[in-house]
Amino acid sequence: MKWEVCPIKDIPHFSIANLNISCIHFRFQLLRKSMIGVITMLRYTLNRFKWAIITLWAVITLTFIIMHTIPGNPFAKEGAMPPAVYENLQVHYGLDKPLLTQYGNYLLEVVQFDFGPSLKSSSISVNDYILKGFPVSLHLGAQALVIAIFFGLILGVVASLKRNKWPDYLSMIIAIVGISVPNFILATILINYFAIKWNIFPVATWATWQHTILPSIALSMMPLAFIARLMRTSMLEVMGQDYILTAKAKGLKRSGVIIKHAIRNALLPIITVLGILTANIVTGSFIIERIFGIPGMGDMFVKGISNRDYPVILGSTIVYSAVLILLIFIVDIAYTLIDPRIKVTGEKK
Amino acid sequence: MADKVHLNEDMFQPAEGNFKEAEKIARPTVSYWSDVWRRFKENKLAMTGFILIILLVLMAIFGPYINGYTYYGQDFDKKNLSPNSEHWFGTDSSGRDLFTRAWYGARISLFIGLMAALIDFLIGVLYGGISAIRGGRTDNIMMRFAEVIYAIPYLLMVILMMVVLKPGILPIIIAMSITGWIPMARLVRGQVLQLKENEYIHAATISGANTSWTLRKHMIPNTMGPILVNLTLTVPTAIFAEATLSFLGLGVPAPQASWGTLTSDALGSILVGNFYQLLIPAILISLTMFAFNVAGDGLQDALDPKLRK
Repeated sequence: MKWEVCPIKDIPHFSIANLNISCIHFRFQLLRKSMIGVITMLRYTLNRFKWAIITLWAVITLTFIIMHTIPGNPFAKEGAMPPAVYENLQVHYGLDKPLLTQYGNYLLEVVQFDFGPSLKSSSISVNDYILKGFPVSLHLGAQALVIAIFFGLILGVVASLKRNKWPDYLSMIIAIVGISVPNFILATILINYFAIKWNIFPVATWATWQHTILPSIALSMMPLAFIARLMRTSMLEVMGQDYILTAKAKGLKRSGVIIKHAIRNALLPIITVLGILTANIVTGSFIIERIFGIPGMGDMFVKGISNRDYPVILGSTIVYSAVLILLIFIVDIAYTLIDPRIKVTGEKK
Repeated sequence: MADKVHLNEDMFQPAEGNFKEAEKIARPTVSYWSDVWRRFKENKLAMTGFILIILLVLMAIFGPYINGYTYYGQDFDKKNLSPNSEHWFGTDSSGRDLFTRAWYGARISLFIGLMAALIDFLIGVLYGGISAIRGGRTDNIMMRFAEVIYAIPYLLMVILMMVVLKPGILPIIIAMSITGWIPMARLVRGQVLQLKENEYIHAATISGANTSWTLRKHMIPNTMGPILVNLTLTVPTAIFAEATLSFLGLGVPAPQASWGTLTSDALGSILVGNFYQLLIPAILISLTMFAFNVAGDGLQDALDPKLRK
C-alpha cells in the first residue's frame, strides 16, 4: 500500500486504507458533478439559442407585416408615371406577387444574408449599404460603449467610496445630466460650443479620430450615467457584506479589498444591463448619426424611412435586432458562467 | 446582612385611574400611504421633482394664454427676435412667439407622456395580472410572446410604427403603446406571482376570501407601489421618444408644436447664432425628464418600508 496524498483535496490522511478510496470517490464525484454541469449548461445554451432564433424570426415577420401595411408606395414620390412603367417596376421588384409568396421569398433571401436591392437607387443593393454603414456604426457604437463603461465604472466606484463627499455629488450631477438631457440636445450643445464657438473639434462628418469624439460623447452620456448609478448602488451593497469585513479583518490592504473583493462582485449587475445599454446606443445612433452626418447604418435607416424604402428599413431593422439578440444571448450565457450563485436547472421557471 | 426595609400600610395607596387608559392608542394610526408621503416629503430631491412636475403641468395648462399670442400666429416683421419684454422667449424663424409655443409644446409633450403611461398601465396590469393568475401554460405562452416582442428595441419599434401611421398625436400614443406595456406586464406578473405564495394570501384564502376580495384587499394595494414607480418612470421615456420622433420628422405635424419639434426646428438656427431657440425647449425637456426621474426614484425609496429609519 502506497502513501499518497490526494491531489484534489485534503482528505483525512490518518488512515492509509481510507485515503485512496476517498480520493478516488471524491474525484469521481467531482467528475460527475462537472459532467452534469457541462450538460445542463449545454442544454441551457441550446435552449437560449433556440429562443434567440425564434425571436429573430418574429422580428423579421413583424417588420415584414408592418412594412406591407404602409399606405404609401415607394414609387409614389416619383410623380406622374406611365401605368406601364409602374407595373413593370412592380413586377421587377416582385411587389405584384401574393403577400405570402413575397414573405417566403424574403425569408429565404434573409437566411442567405441577401436583403435585395434598394428601391430608391436600384444599382445599390441593401447589402452594399449595410456593408458600408455597419463598420462605421460599429466603430461609433463600440467607442461610445467603451467610454460609457470605463468612465461609468470609475465614477460609480469613486462615488461609492467617497459617499456624500464631492466626488459623490459630482457623479450624481453627471448621472442626472446624462439621464435628463436627451442625446440629440446634448449633441447640438456640444456642436455649438466645442465646434462652432471654441473650434476644438470638427462640426460634423466622419473622417479622422477628432471627428469621432463629439458623437461618441453624445451617444455615451446616457449609458454612462446609468452605469455610474448602478455601480454606485452595487458597490455600496457589496461593501456592506460580511466577506468585505472578513477581508478587512484579515489585514488586506484597502486597495486589495476594493479591487479584488468589492469591484469584482459589484460588476455582476452591470453585465446584466449591457444588453439594454447597447439597445440604447443603437437607437441613439439614428439621431446622432443624422445630426453629425455620419454615413453609418443609423443614417441609412432614417433615410430609408423618409424614402419609404422597404428593403432598406427591413434590412437595417433585422441587422440591428440580430446584433442585439446575439449580444443578449452572450450576456445571458456569460452571466451564468461568471456568477456561481446562479444555478442553471435546464428549465426556466 | 442587608438593611431591613420597613414597610407599613400608609406607604401604599390604591392606584388611581383606569388601567385601560395605558393601553389606549393615543396617536392616530399611520396608514401605509401617509407613511409613504411622510418619507417622500423628507427626500428633498424627490420633492423638488414633484413640485417641478406640478409647476410644469400648471404652465402647460395656463402658459399658452399668458402673453396673448397664439402658437400658430406668424409675424414676418418679427423673425428670430431674442428674448425681450414683448416676446419673453423670443420668436422663431417664422415670427411665432416662442413663449406661447414652448408651453403649448409642454401641453402636447406632457399629454403624450401621460397618455402613453396610462395606456401602458392599463394593458400591462391586465396582461400581467391575467398571465400570473392563470399560470401554467397560458402564462408561459403569454410571457414568451411578450418577450419576443420586447427583444425589438422600444424606440426602433416606435419609429417603425410611425412609418406606418400618419403623423399626429394619437398615432404617436398608439405607436408607443404597442410595445410600451411589456415592462409593466412583466412587473405586474412578477409581483402577483410573488404575492400569490405569501402566507397572508393563503391565510385569506383559507379564511374563505374569494378571488375578488383577495385582489381588492391584498393584491392591488401591495402591487400598487412598484406599479406607481414604473408609471412615473414611463412618462419621461415617452416624452423622450416623442421628442426623438419629432426630431426625425415623424412627430406632430407643422403648426402644432411639441418640445421635440421645437428643438428640431431650432437646429438650423444654431448655425446662425440663435442658440436660445434651441436652449429653451432643451431646458424644458431636460427639466421634465429630471423631475419625473427624480420623483420616481424618491417614490421608490419612500415605498420601501425596509428603508424606514
